[in-house]
Amino acid sequence: MKNILKELYIPVVAVLIAIIVGSIIMLITGFNPITAYISLFIGAFGSVNNIANTLANAVPLILTGLGVAISFKAGLFNIGAEGQYWIGAIVGVWIGYSFTGLPWYIHIPFALIAAMVAGGLWAGLIPGLAKAYTGANEVITTMMMSYIAIYFSHFLLEFGPMMDKSGTIPQSPVIKESAVIPFLIKNTQLSYGIFIALAAAIFVYWLMFKTTWGFEMRAVGYNQRAAKYAGMNVPLNMVFSLGLSGAFAGLAGAVQMLGVQHRLYDSFTSGYGYTAIVVALLANNHPIGVIFAAILFAALGTGSQYMQLNAQVPGQMADVITGLIVFFVAAHRIAEVIKDLLARRQKKEVKA
Amino acid sequence: MSAILEVRNITKRFPKVVANDNVNLTVERGEIHAILGENGAGKSTLMNIIYGLYKPDSGQLIFDGEELNISGPHEAIEKGIGMVHQHFMLIPVFTVAENIVLGAEPKGITYDRKKANDLIREISQRYHLEIDPDAKVKDLSVGLQQRVEILKAFYRKAKLLILDEPTAMLTPQETQKLFEIMRELVKQGMSIIFISHKLEEVLQISDRVTVMRRGKAVGTLKTKETNEQELANLMVGREVVLRIEKSEYKPGDVVLSVENLTVVDQQNVTRVKDVSFEIREGEIFGLAGIDGNGQLELVEAIMGLRPKKSGSVFFYGKDVTNFSTRQLYREGISYIPQDRQADGLVLDFTIAENLILREYKEPTYSRSGVIQYKKVYENAEKKVKEFDVRPPEYMLKARNLSGGNQQKVILAREVGYNPKLLIAVQPTRGMDVGAIEYIHRRILELRDKGAAIFLVSLELEEIMSLSDRIGVIYNGQLMDILDGKTAIREQIGMLMAGSRFDKTTLEAR
Amino acid sequence: MKEIFLNPQLWAATLAMATPLALPALGGTFSERSGVVNIAMEGIMLIAAFFAVVFAHATGSAWLGFLGAIIVGLIVALIFAWAAVSLTANQIILGMAINIFASGITAYLLNTMYGFTGTPTDTPMLPTIEIPGIKSIPFLGQVLSGHSVVVYLMIIILFISDYFLFHTNLGLRLRAVGENPEAAETAGINVIKLRYLGVALSGILSAMGGAYLSIGVLNSFNPDMTSGRGYIALAAMIFGKWTPFGSFGAALLFGFATALSMQLQNTAFSKNIIMMLPYIVTILALVGVGGKSVAPAADGVPYTPKK
Repeated sequence: MKNILKELYIPVVAVLIAIIVGSIIMLITGFNPITAYISLFIGAFGSVNNIANTLANAVPLILTGLGVAISFKAGLFNIGAEGQYWIGAIVGVWIGYSFTGLPWYIHIPFALIAAMVAGGLWAGLIPGLAKAYTGANEVITTMMMSYIAIYFSHFLLEFGPMMDKSGTIPQSPVIKESAVIPFLIKNTQLSYGIFIALAAAIFVYWLMFKTTWGFEMRAVGYNQRAAKYAGMNVPLNMVFSLGLSGAFAGLAGAVQMLGVQHRLYDSFTSGYGYTAIVVALLANNHPIGVIFAAILFAALGTGSQYMQLNAQVPGQMADVITGLIVFFVAAHRIAEVIKDLLARRQKKEVKA
Repeated sequence: MSAILEVRNITKRFPKVVANDNVNLTVERGEIHAILGENGAGKSTLMNIIYGLYKPDSGQLIFDGEELNISGPHEAIEKGIGMVHQHFMLIPVFTVAENIVLGAEPKGITYDRKKANDLIREISQRYHLEIDPDAKVKDLSVGLQQRVEILKAFYRKAKLLILDEPTAMLTPQETQKLFEIMRELVKQGMSIIFISHKLEEVLQISDRVTVMRRGKAVGTLKTKETNEQELANLMVGREVVLRIEKSEYKPGDVVLSVENLTVVDQQNVTRVKDVSFEIREGEIFGLAGIDGNGQLELVEAIMGLRPKKSGSVFFYGKDVTNFSTRQLYREGISYIPQDRQADGLVLDFTIAENLILREYKEPTYSRSGVIQYKKVYENAEKKVKEFDVRPPEYMLKARNLSGGNQQKVILAREVGYNPKLLIAVQPTRGMDVGAIEYIHRRILELRDKGAAIFLVSLELEEIMSLSDRIGVIYNGQLMDILDGKTAIREQIGMLMAGSRFDKTTLEAR
Repeated sequence: MKEIFLNPQLWAATLAMATPLALPALGGTFSERSGVVNIAMEGIMLIAAFFAVVFAHATGSAWLGFLGAIIVGLIVALIFAWAAVSLTANQIILGMAINIFASGITAYLLNTMYGFTGTPTDTPMLPTIEIPGIKSIPFLGQVLSGHSVVVYLMIIILFISDYFLFHTNLGLRLRAVGENPEAAETAGINVIKLRYLGVALSGILSAMGGAYLSIGVLNSFNPDMTSGRGYIALAAMIFGKWTPFGSFGAALLFGFATALSMQLQNTAFSKNIIMMLPYIVTILALVGVGGKSVAPAADGVPYTPKK
């Protein structure tokens, strides 16, 4: 219990400071932060439908967040979850619309697994092999692969092979009925995909902390040399860790396509891949923590729309708060600095 | 004239240890003052305080007649204190000149390459320390890199030169050359603090010696008036047992056989040349040599951690040349790597997890890919007790243990499985006497049970007191293999320096 | 196809497109040579782009807008440096934090300050410059003359950067800090101060890049208008092997890809495929095709001075 409290300390304090700084910004720009936060909270959790939409938003964040957490835990910085998400979405949608006559219990798993494989290869094949055998920095390679994935989707959709030929809007055809993951609550975005996300989190927890593979991944993440000296295959482990990381980001893309969008739209970013980094960070890379961190950021997202409508505070406040949270989690040593300052001041007072 | 440096009542505490405990020390002008002490006695901490890298908790420093209130190396340098660190503070991709003038470049905004080079040529000629100012430091030998470090101090007009374990990386010839330089410098008016844990060097070069033990300065002696035994006793704090009680040597079958092994590194430099030797059951084979003469590469090549260029390795007659590290472990080989924190442990894993770091995949601890944590903890509970790991809490992270207890965890892992062959590299590095004795006893027990031991150490004392046979490596070549009982220090020292000319000793064997 | 390459507009656009990459790439060179990986350059560009408009509109002077943008960029960079250098926080995560914050705060302020209609249309722009002699040379004149003043400023900064980094005492020290901070410290160099300097320079140059986008090319700000240029600049710097001229060369290559894809807008050739090329080239450079790019030895590693 004590351990859990200790682990929660940094994220909780970071969130509180971020909320305070956010309030200050709102006050300066002429808004009442209390009304804003209340309407943000109502927007996120005020009704069954709002809760459902928040959870729906959390689904892709949980899955991409798991992917990033896996790579972080293995000591690798996969910051290209965005691209892996796109690749998963492309493959998921393509299987969703181009195969007919399959029963749902084959069609859906087929699309999801193929998306995982594709996302896994996107991260594991080039960034993974490059890191393992040439030492190329995965921060840059995964980021570059993200841009390539996004331009690849533009290529497919903008008068390319995946464009819906019945119109002039760059978007894919709609997936077949048999590939649709049904909605859980009507008139909301929440589909049965939430169960896939929760199951994935539990699976990743089990994999990381109970299996020999997870043991290896963590050992390599903490200390590559010791892992090598213990007889582990470090390069192979890196490739697999990045691959697995990409697989979950890919799954996120497919679940979003099959469960919510049902077709792929042309866009510059889904946003999930970047928020995923934040989710993993706030969860300290713990798979169960990822669920709660994802719900928090999803709530910020859904709540902020409501806040914009009802308190007239621009919804981008959510991004401001998100950025601040990450900043304070990363710079958690601020607490030490403040403690030092206070201690010094007390000393001075005693002297005086 | 007053002393060049007075250290008065210096105390420095670190979170877990008092590194300097009320230390007093006086260095006279123009003397070579040795500071002698074991690893961890507080020598380097004291020097870092003098150089301004650490702030003392209390105490005073008087340098050249005035009190020093140093807040950083910048001021120490300005006052005339120069320091050559044990690990060189050089930038490999910079040139010699750039390294030397860094931080005190010739005046101006622009870096004046020509002037810097000229200045260095001038200084190097004055002190007879020839060097090419335009060479990249990464292309220089260790001895020359040290020369760059010394020149750095002269360039800054040092009056006091601190040499921190300067001979650790040098061959005996390079060491003698360094001693010549030191004598020449003293003649020119320099004062030198020489830090070492090697008795014979201290006796050879210093005028006076201060012995440190567990953070305290326990005595200052005139070198001429003391001897090896007295210094050793002061250093360790009690009579030193120079020979360990050892049961009779009863070698059995050949366990490990290395034949004509050659290893080259990534830059294609030959690190191990055509090395052959055997180790038998019930035998400790010690490998002596100065750091960096191919010991590490030899061990890593045997363990499958580094590619072999040619040659073979046999284990109980079976060709294991191309076995992976894991396959070798499965054959019954154990390995205590040189750097326990970097190579031996995952510091963020619990003790229990570290104890299965190699064996987590074996059926004892896992079934179809799932780790059986119940068994892992049972094992941990047993090992922690058996090897007296303190505190005996196996859910603690390895990071939270002291160095000695970390080594016990590795020992428990590697020795606990009753290996047929134990390869131990520097198993007692940086540990206190009690822990060293404990580890030596464990290794001897293993030998008496019939295991083969391959002991690699930089401490000649350790090699000589434990080994049944002693191999000496120099520049990647196995110079000779001597009988542990009859080998004498001078003979080994000669071989470590790469000279074979001592025919009489060889024939006497 | 041939006409496209003979069209001076393509080459002029290459230079124009390279500028907002080259400026932060030069900045990144300073930061990484001092040992700090600054992916916050993306966010700094964005914030600077916004405040360039704010100050330019409020004062009526594009130059004061440019100056204001630089000051704001410098402040953000110093906050980053404080957390990354003094508090030794993870540099990548901090960078992400600032980028997310930047994206949020600029869009938020855009809405609160100017409503949902966007920045005012009467915002002044930085001037363009015609170079008298070169202007009249056929082809070359069209390529090199008539750009925004920032383009020429960038060229000047390029030469100064190279001189500073490789020919001055301060440059030597800055590089030493990025290679081996401990060695630098024992030589009496203040590691922390120089890392602040490296990051500060990256902030200033990124801010110039950002301001160029909002008041150099246009006279308005749009949300997320930097669209990843801070990241691409990092790639250019790596491809350029952490040198000013290398970074500039890589930025030209990336700028060329963008310019070409615009020229190909109405041809059968997919511009999206062309747009992928710079990223592919960067990966190849990292993997070691055509000489491996090696980062400064202590790049991205926080340093704690001894006490």
